[in-house]
Amino acid sequence: MRAYIIRRLLLIIPTLFILSILVFLSVRFIPGDAIDIMVDNLGLRSVNASFDRAAVERRLGLDVPVYVQYGRWMGDIFLHGSLGESLMGRGAVEEKIMDRLPVTIELGLMAILIGLVIALPVGIYSAMRQDTVADYLGRSIAIIGLATPNFWLALMVMIYPAIWWGWAPPLELVSFTEDPLGNLGMFFIPSLILGTASAAATMRMTRTMMLEVLRQDYIRTAWSKGLKERAVVTRHAVKNALIPVVSLIGLQLPILVGGSVIMENIFNLPGLGRLMLFALDERDYPMVSGINLFFATMVVAINLLIDLIYPYLDPRVRYS
Amino acid sequence: MRVTLRNMNDTTDIQSSVIEPKRRSRLADFFFRLVREKPLGTISGIIVLIFIFVAIFADVLTRFPYDEVNILDRMQGPSAEYLLGTDQLGRDLLTRLIVGARISLTVGLAATALNVVVAVLVGGASGFIGGKLDLGVQRFVDAWMAFPGLLLLLTIMSIAGQGLLQIIVVLGIAGGIGGSRVVRGAVIGIKENDYFLAARAIGSPGHATLVRHVLPNIMAPVIIVFTINIGGVIISEASLSFLGFGLPIEVPSWGGMLSREGREFMEAAPRLALWPGLCLTTIVYCFNMLGDAMRDLLDPRLRGGES
Repeated sequence: MRAYIIRRLLLIIPTLFILSILVFLSVRFIPGDAIDIMVDNLGLRSVNASFDRAAVERRLGLDVPVYVQYGRWMGDIFLHGSLGESLMGRGAVEEKIMDRLPVTIELGLMAILIGLVIALPVGIYSAMRQDTVADYLGRSIAIIGLATPNFWLALMVMIYPAIWWGWAPPLELVSFTEDPLGNLGMFFIPSLILGTASAAATMRMTRTMMLEVLRQDYIRTAWSKGLKERAVVTRHAVKNALIPVVSLIGLQLPILVGGSVIMENIFNLPGLGRLMLFALDERDYPMVSGINLFFATMVVAINLLIDLIYPYLDPRVRYS
Repeated sequence: MRVTLRNMNDTTDIQSSVIEPKRRSRLADFFFRLVREKPLGTISGIIVLIFIFVAIFADVLTRFPYDEVNILDRMQGPSAEYLLGTDQLGRDLLTRLIVGARISLTVGLAATALNVVVAVLVGGASGFIGGKLDLGVQRFVDAWMAFPGLLLLLTIMSIAGQGLLQIIVVLGIAGGIGGSRVVRGAVIGIKENDYFLAARAIGSPGHATLVRHVLPNIMAPVIIVFTINIGGVIISEASLSFLGFGLPIEVPSWGGMLSREGREFMEAAPRLALWPGLCLTTIVYCFNMLGDAMRDLLDPRLRGGES
């Protein structure tokens, strides 16, 4: 087990290294250099302003070769925990990320929670009553759910209630400490939409795993002991069927991150996703790289964590 | 257990004289089984064909140019002239939906084809050559897959710029690298087979075993896996266009029609948001169902337990 953990941790290092290069280089390929775009953005061309280009490059650290820039970037991360400064004067990237992070985490956690609350009962019931009307209904809705783009669902939820009841999502973020219910209410609908999307996949997985477990010998033993269905399902089947679902949550994280970008955009939630779109629009490269690196590292770390706790959830899994 | 397409292929050399008629009958057999065993997959396949037909003959089926602005006919409801009404610039909604079908399908099919090529090149080389190359390439693929898909696509699209060719290439390559795992797995699986060892033992050179034994045997599962993925590619394009990073706003892509530009008019005329989304959901649903049905019929081992 220890050997496995060490090997797993060692494999993470090249992955994160390649990831950081990917993140760093990608923004450098955006056409035109940063200063040109900055000049365009500020409208300096129209006023014919002159400026010392070399000084600006030096100030932004763009006057040295790319590999030196990468070295400095990495050095700052490891030595000072800094992801650099926004090119557009919005301050330190890591502070901005920390500002916006709570919104995205609340959205993500609520989405995962809602997804599980919908998916688990439906998946379990669907497996218990295989090939009945309820089973077909649950599966059909899940498949339709998988095909429905979440941004369209969000738009429908914005448009129709607005027409029928004059409802509109709040424009300003309601703080949780000031108005807990208002805050949860604000996050509920975007989380519900994000959650239903992941619920479709989780429900299918739960159902499949339940069907597999329900055919095992020990379930037949439980039945033949004369246990009631409730006891067989809750005490014997569910526990074992749900273990693989845990790793599915890890696999769904990247999709959840993408979904939160869209939901924050539609529902005016000031989270990391909206910051990212903003930074891309402004061509604020350090901000884009910082957010990308942050999200990617989170995904790697959480998946690693799930892998490491897996043997504790399922003693049959012993890594060697 | 292993009576599937791929094992039948191995006997090609011996029965090369009978392989042609057999192959045709297998295709006919496939359609027969599709209709008999997978009604939902069949209906989905027919709907996909209808969409493809509409996409190909978009020019004939539409009565207006998709970008024709009619200031006088803005925000019209459905009528005999404009079957689904017009948008905020007086452009015919039905026309834009039909042209949108052409765009979605072009992106979906072209990007998926590129997916297969990239995945076979990357995954095939990695799995076939193995060793240090495999280790290195797989770390790269790890990193690529850890990058949340939409963020990666947004970043690359802002490099590539908006456009049809750009989005096809970006979705094609990005999906291909992620999908190369499937190909690599399939190639490594084949290397374990006796017929592969036999080919190596009689001294068949590397490239010959690759072309004669590996590629023909992975193509069926690869094509099935990527067919299932067409719907996902179409949603990716729509999401990017929706966020303003996919196709330029003047192109009537279904995702773009839902984007910020028309948002304020959607409350006045919900059909402007309803129809593009319904089209998207329908085509994605049908591709998913068709892909699932094909997988179940052609290669049941890929089912992954879903029943």
